[in-house]
Amino acid sequence: MIIFILSLVLAIIWAAITGSATLHNLIFGFVLSTLSLWVVREQMSARGYWRRLGRILSLLLLFFKELALSAWKVAVLVVSPRMDLKPGIFAFPLTVDRDFEITLLANLITLTPGTLSVDVSEDRKILFVHAIDCSDTDATVRDIAGGFERKIMEAFR
Amino acid sequence: MIGTLVAILTALIVLVGAGFVLVAAIGINRLPDLYTRMHAASKAGTVGSGLMLLAVGLHAGDLATFARAIAGFFFFVLTAPVSAHLLAMAAHKVGYNLSELSVRDEMNEYRE
Repeated sequence: MIIFILSLVLAIIWAAITGSATLHNLIFGFVLSTLSLWVVREQMSARGYWRRLGRILSLLLLFFKELALSAWKVAVLVVSPRMDLKPGIFAFPLTVDRDFEITLLANLITLTPGTLSVDVSEDRKILFVHAIDCSDTDATVRDIAGGFERKIMEAFR
Repeated sequence: MIGTLVAILTALIVLVGAGFVLVAAIGINRLPDLYTRMHAASKAGTVGSGLMLLAVGLHAGDLATFARAIAGFFFFVLTAPVSAHLLAMAAHKVGYNLSELSVRDEMNEYRE
């Protein structure tokens, strides 16, 4: 049932993006989305879907807030006449261990205030993060672990 | 009336977006090393282009164009961090040092 609704939603998105909402195009979009959902059927678990959707949305909301804040901070920093920089790379111990969770976390970190993920250690336990203000790394690590990392765990586990 | 309001709103969004892109460009020029420059390029750049795409979608006033503009913004959000991350990682791998303002580099300690 969830799969059916999902492919219907994807079909509507398809119609919107291709720019014609004719019946033919909707049916074509429906076939396409059913096919692509079939390709990822192993990864789809319908269990706890709606609860999870709410948490994903809350993660998205937090992300947009942080993105706006971060662009504003960079803007203020760049146009201030004397730039006060204490840049550096610090190590962030990862709790999430699956590939896509690490990828998501790294992407989110890059788009939040003053931080940019650089590399993951080979054993996938440490994420190296470049920060524009490295004066208090412990607080930054706490912020990320209690914010994005916790939300990712809630949304995808 | 509504048309004028939408026009003013889109004009404002375009101006703010262009402002962020300008700031990103100034940042790339002023910041001391590649790593700090990537901050300006990935954040202010993404928000600036995103706002301008949003304005295009609003201005067109039909759902198809709006959906495509939003899709463009999402692809921007997905790809900009990846390129910033790859550039920073490549620079660190070939031994491009952080600027002398930097206070720490735990990645170097880990490698040694």
